[in-house]
Amino acid sequence: MSQQAIAVPLAAKPPQWKTWLSLENRYIPPVFITLILLIGHFTYGILESYPKTLLAIGTAIATELILGRIFLGKWPNLASAYISGISVGILIRSPGFWPYALCAAIAITSKYVLRFNGRHLWNPSNFGICVMLFLASESVATLSIQWGNNIWPMVVIWILGSAILWRARRLQISATYVISFLALAFVRAWITHDPWQSEIAPITGPEYQLFIFFMITDPRTTLRSRTGQCMVAFAVAVVEMFLRLDQSVYAPLYALFLVGPPALFIETWMNKRRTQAALHPQQDITRS
Amino acid sequence: MKHGPTTRVLLTLFFLGLIATPIVIKRISARKKAAEASFDSSSALARHGFYLREVSHEAGVNFTNEAPTLDPKLTPIMPEVASMGASVSVVDYDRDGWPDFYVTNSREGSRNALYHNNHDGTFTDVAPQLGIADVNQSGTGVSMGAVWGDYDNDGYEDLYLIKWGRPELFHNDQGHGFTRVSEQASLPKWINANTAVWFDYDGDGKLDLFVGGYYNENIDLWHLANTKMMPESFEYAQNGGRKYLFHNLGGGKFEEVSAKLGIDSRRWALASGAADLRGTGHPDLFVANDYGVSELYLNDGKRFHEAGKETGIGFAPKSGMDVAFGDIFNQGKYSVYVSNISEDGVLIQGNNLWTPKDGTSGAAIKYENLARDLGVELGGWSFGAQFGDLNNDGNLDLYLTNGNISLDHNKSYWYDFAKVAGGNHSIIEDAKNWPSMEGRSLSGYQQKRVWLNDGAGKFVDVAQAVGVTDTYDGRAVALVDLWNRGVLDVLVANERGPLLIYKNTVTSENKWIEFQLEGTASNRSAIGAQVALYWDGQEQIQEVSGGSGFAAQNDRRLHFGLGKVPRIDKAVIRWPSGKVQTIENPTPDKLYSIKEPA
Repeated sequence: MSQQAIAVPLAAKPPQWKTWLSLENRYIPPVFITLILLIGHFTYGILESYPKTLLAIGTAIATELILGRIFLGKWPNLASAYISGISVGILIRSPGFWPYALCAAIAITSKYVLRFNGRHLWNPSNFGICVMLFLASESVATLSIQWGNNIWPMVVIWILGSAILWRARRLQISATYVISFLALAFVRAWITHDPWQSEIAPITGPEYQLFIFFMITDPRTTLRSRTGQCMVAFAVAVVEMFLRLDQSVYAPLYALFLVGPPALFIETWMNKRRTQAALHPQQDITRS
Repeated sequence: MKHGPTTRVLLTLFFLGLIATPIVIKRISARKKAAEASFDSSSALARHGFYLREVSHEAGVNFTNEAPTLDPKLTPIMPEVASMGASVSVVDYDRDGWPDFYVTNSREGSRNALYHNNHDGTFTDVAPQLGIADVNQSGTGVSMGAVWGDYDNDGYEDLYLIKWGRPELFHNDQGHGFTRVSEQASLPKWINANTAVWFDYDGDGKLDLFVGGYYNENIDLWHLANTKMMPESFEYAQNGGRKYLFHNLGGGKFEEVSAKLGIDSRRWALASGAADLRGTGHPDLFVANDYGVSELYLNDGKRFHEAGKETGIGFAPKSGMDVAFGDIFNQGKYSVYVSNISEDGVLIQGNNLWTPKDGTSGAAIKYENLARDLGVELGGWSFGAQFGDLNNDGNLDLYLTNGNISLDHNKSYWYDFAKVAGGNHSIIEDAKNWPSMEGRSLSGYQQKRVWLNDGAGKFVDVAQAVGVTDTYDGRAVALVDLWNRGVLDVLVANERGPLLIYKNTVTSENKWIEFQLEGTASNRSAIGAQVALYWDGQEQIQEVSGGSGFAAQNDRRLHFGLGKVPRIDKAVIRWPSGKVQTIENPTPDKLYSIKEPA
């Protein structure tokens, strides 16, 4: 959950007010996630502490501003940092303040350090949260059961999220993941002999929707081709299945952590090769 | 990206520094813990002013709790659904001036025990001959706890037995036996409750009784019609048992008045306590609920008004399992401790220490959670906790027991638990959808907490250093001066485990004072009577309780630690009748037995 899941339209510019109200607006995802946060909080009290969430957002934005200024030479757009910060604020649970600040700082810094060929490899908030869960498990957990267990919050998130992703041409990622998850849930139930309802239970909780709609669809850390995007979503679900068979509580987060970067790396490497081949066709033929 | 190699190296170092931070913090914390981990009685006495020694076998108490076995449909998750029933409550049932205690068992056909204090360091189980042992017979449900209160003001404490099943009221026949009077008292046929508290909500001098349901009262857990008996949500469940408020009409009769007086909830109550939180002279009722928010019922003497959200305690849903009151800052105000669940890397709810916000009082009282600031937030899968001055230094300390299900040491049920708990209500409320536990633990083998109040706004865990090293699945904690020595000993009831007696040894430098109160116009148990002790420029209040903690009741005698060379100005007793009595310059190291003046 770090980047806006919206591609900027290439067609002729519509009037400004239409752009602002359009789903293509790059600020729609931050607004959407803020709405989720506020509705979740005022209906279910998901935030125990405003200061902690604000700390995560503030740290993410401050880190982005400083690093962006130094490394990009300009003040960066803060929508991405805002989403990363708010994601950390929602998903991390800790009695202390420091994990919120540290997680947000790690998330944003990872964008500037862990890069290959000009692209950062990990979804920033996924990276930050996984690092905290790996290294500070005694101080940190993630939000797990704080969104109620009713169908309606989930329906609202699904409708809004699907509409946004459809317009952003990324719904195929979430759809592939959901279908794969459900199919593999039955495979897990068959292997473990646990009730199939218990295997599909995680995806019926609203919290999981943040992962489906924001994290795995992050444009900066997903592949360019639609087929590639779907293959990665399927691969995430498969790795998640194996992690779940190993009883990993945070299987989806870890699966994305493990699958996303290699996929990006391979795509970037292949693109580079293709570009080189296009630039030097004779050389390629000679080599082959 | 515009940057040079030096900047790049600096950025990488900064990034590595960030990654290394949690590792460094973990190491520092582990080092601190290791320094506190070793127990040595003389250094504990020198450093902390006390130590605890487990003496149950020496004291002749060999009681082991057995868990219930419910309907076979629940077999796959039996350890989880049948994980409560161990309790301990202190009573001087025969008025000999020495505290006795009652412990419950939960296997069908198992027996509860009433340990009579032999005045020589040992105890004898007298429950069978007094008629309150064989109370878990098949078809009547099993015990979950017990609270004592003299409902007919005859001077002898009577017993209300909290059950998943047929609730029971036993009349104490002057210490020589108990008579079952449940029907005469018009108790319901079946309640699946885990908590009850005696208190005189209307100040008429007769003890009333609150009972908080957990499972729905229409469910017979041994003969389930279907398996849809789990909570509909793990944080917003409202499909639990109903609440009861039995108004004492006198003559052994009670009338159920909860809905009429504003108590109408189907949250899953696990603990409750009553205390005059606002100084109104009327006891308020605090209910800690599993799978949801806590509830605070403010009492105007005639009706209750649920003010959880208004006061700030009823907003963030957790897994409430304990209610304990304590004047932790010696400012004449109660804080309320509510235990919850914390499991490293999985779920960190954190326990709550609800403390009145500065500048708020009366009907406008607001609470803030200071558990983290004071260091009492993380206690594992926490259950019973009680405040008491364990080292007599003048500050209330906090004893917490914990641990949910200790089975296979190396296998955890947490993955499956978390998997289902976050799902849709139609999945989680049906027990057949839950994966089988297959002998796995769920937050088992946990280390207890003995949080020492330093008097400067911090609590420090010294459990290992003062000798509390058990890792049983703790449920109930009761504090009592078992041998009339002027120190608080600790009783701990463990699920599927032994009843533990931690005998306290306190440095003789620290002084104490105790009060044993008896009401006349007020209820004779003096439940709700408050003592405000003024010494060395501080004020501490304590109140006689009709049940607190989790499935527990402390000694009715009030114990105050005083520190070294105290100068006590006065003790002010405010009786439930409204009478105020002052004792000027009471003497330290003495038990005061005080009858309410006419």
